[in-house]
Amino acid sequence: MDGETREVLAVSLGLFLLLALTVAAAALPLRGFNLALSLFFSAAKTALIAGWFMELRKGGSRLWVVAGAGFFWLLILVGIGATDYLTRFRPY
Amino acid sequence: MTTQIARIAEARAGAAGQFAGPEHEGRAALLGMWTFLATEILFFGALFSGYSLYRAFYPQAFAEAARHMSKPWGTLNTGLLLLSSACMALAVAAARRGALRAAALRLAATGVLGAGFLGVKAHEWAVHAREGLFPFFGRPFVFAGPQADQARLFFNLYYIMTGLHALHLLIGVFLVWIMAALCASGRYRRRDVTPVILSGLYWHFVDAVWVFLFPLFYLVR
Repeated sequence: MDGETREVLAVSLGLFLLLALTVAAAALPLRGFNLALSLFFSAAKTALIAGWFMELRKGGSRLWVVAGAGFFWLLILVGIGATDYLTRFRPY
Repeated sequence: MTTQIARIAEARAGAAGQFAGPEHEGRAALLGMWTFLATEILFFGALFSGYSLYRAFYPQAFAEAARHMSKPWGTLNTGLLLLSSACMALAVAAARRGALRAAALRLAATGVLGAGFLGVKAHEWAVHAREGLFPFFGRPFVFAGPQADQARLFFNLYYIMTGLHALHLLIGVFLVWIMAALCASGRYRRRDVTPVILSGLYWHFVDAVWVFLFPLFYLVR
């Protein structure tokens, strides 16, 4: 088995382990922390996919800027959008 | 001087005129693909924002509605997509090595796994329709619970977001199958395999979107 195949296998194992943890953690009664934990596991899976499968870690800083720009603009979208709704009315 | 020109011409060989060489062209292609993916992050991001707001406003209704989702099917689907991403990564590695037949087989397998996901998704929607949780095309929304309207919001978001994701995946399935056919036909034998790499980036992105959709719709407490 060559190095690349071993790498893909290792990352895949990591992804399935995280999936198992995600499902297991969701069964625990942690109230508000359940959501944070789920999102943490999703972010971890995405980091593995982006870093290794999408080869972002080999991409160089210019690629990181472009990839990061998407998330940066997403933060602007969510952040400013949230300030509107959260200050506009009180939900029942 | 002539040797210099010849060397430059050799370095630029195979690349379009505006690039310094094939490596430059490859880097530009990657940059372009990531720019497109950044726009896709915003495309889905707007829907995720909507979901976040309504879940923050109606947490009980969302938790109640999510009880109608099938965790086993959702988990299976997540597994299928993660496996397909692994398959895609192996396909790209094979294409880079010049092992085009192996790449073609792996690309075809990636598409099959994606199609499997779509099949499961269609089955889930059919089950929801039978349960009265598919309020489209004149069908009523039947929800036994105190906050039925808010639960309907959950399902609207579910169909729109997973529907949009499924559309992206369907496009991806055809894309990888076309790439498989091109690899098998020997088209990339003397050319660079950038299109396969870019298809891989698209596929992994669609997988990453599902990785976030899964807990938000299936694992709500």
